[in-house]
Amino acid sequence: MAAEGKAIDALGQFELATVLGPIGGAVGFTNSNLFMVIAAGIILALMTYGMRARAVVPGRLQNMAEAAYEFIHGMVTDQVGDEGRRFFPFVFTLFMFVLVGNMLGLFPYAFTFTSHIAVTFGLAAIVFVLITVVALSIHGKKFFGYFFPEGAPLWLAPIIVPVEIVSYLSRPVSLSIRLFANMVAGHVMLKVFATFVVMLAGLGAVGPFLSIMPLALNIALVGFEVLVAFLQAYVFAILTCIYLHDAVHLH
Amino acid sequence: MTDRNSFDRRLREARAKQGLDKPQYGQGQLPGGNWGIGFRAGVEVVSALVVGVGLGFLLDRWLGTWPWLFLLFFVVGAAAGVLNVYRLFTPRRGADKS
Repeated sequence: MAAEGKAIDALGQFELATVLGPIGGAVGFTNSNLFMVIAAGIILALMTYGMRARAVVPGRLQNMAEAAYEFIHGMVTDQVGDEGRRFFPFVFTLFMFVLVGNMLGLFPYAFTFTSHIAVTFGLAAIVFVLITVVALSIHGKKFFGYFFPEGAPLWLAPIIVPVEIVSYLSRPVSLSIRLFANMVAGHVMLKVFATFVVMLAGLGAVGPFLSIMPLALNIALVGFEVLVAFLQAYVFAILTCIYLHDAVHLH
Repeated sequence: MTDRNSFDRRLREARAKQGLDKPQYGQGQLPGGNWGIGFRAGVEVVSALVVGVGLGFLLDRWLGTWPWLFLLFFVVGAAAGVLNVYRLFTPRRGADKS
């Protein structure tokens, strides 16, 4: 499939296609949407099934659910402070959605919905709107003082204010580009080396032996991708927390 | 009868000796090796430039002043990118303060 016509088709894996036959085609339900629904289902199943036992000594699933909960709860309270607890459900949902999306993408035949800038920018835009609304509702007009640091000479305002505004507006962009670029780069690398395996294997008698090299590399890459998948979800969540801290405390 | 606090203390010492305590990433310090930090800095600059250029372009189309605002906001975007990178490397104030 990938090695068709001796060309490496590394980007084909990101193409959208409608699923679920004519029904999905009619409403534009793509494989990306399908995996979003699956991710949401997995998170729901983990939290409800895992916590059903409510054992004092947690089992495996309960341990996983509790670990995820405690991890994000600690992050939110550390970064935002006690006022940040009301944002915990939001950050937890965001983290789990990104994490499960990244992890699901590593399975064969799965689609990585976090590899589309539309999806990551959508998530980042939600974060951006939230932090702006929170800052405005808590601080009112004082929020606009954020764009001009106290104590700076007034004649510098025409320079500082546009720079600060652009810097503020660049937050959702950098948030989304980071996640999107990491996922795309990882999956392209995996695909390229997987194609090398197939191409080299068809190279006559020595082929199968040569193809062990990219295969070994790919195995290492999969491990690395698991790390990246977790790390990017973590970075997304912690940056959301940092921005929420800025919104709540306004520096 | 040993005091109960000594267990915590000894556990902490043992954990520190075995290197089990992970470094704290608090205060907004993000993990990542040289590559991670370099990538983050690059993303910050690029995104600020994208926003600056996009803003300048849109304002130009609206006001019909092509290419002056585009050029101005290109510089502003570059400055914002440098500011973002500067913020990346300056230690942040924690949640407890301010």
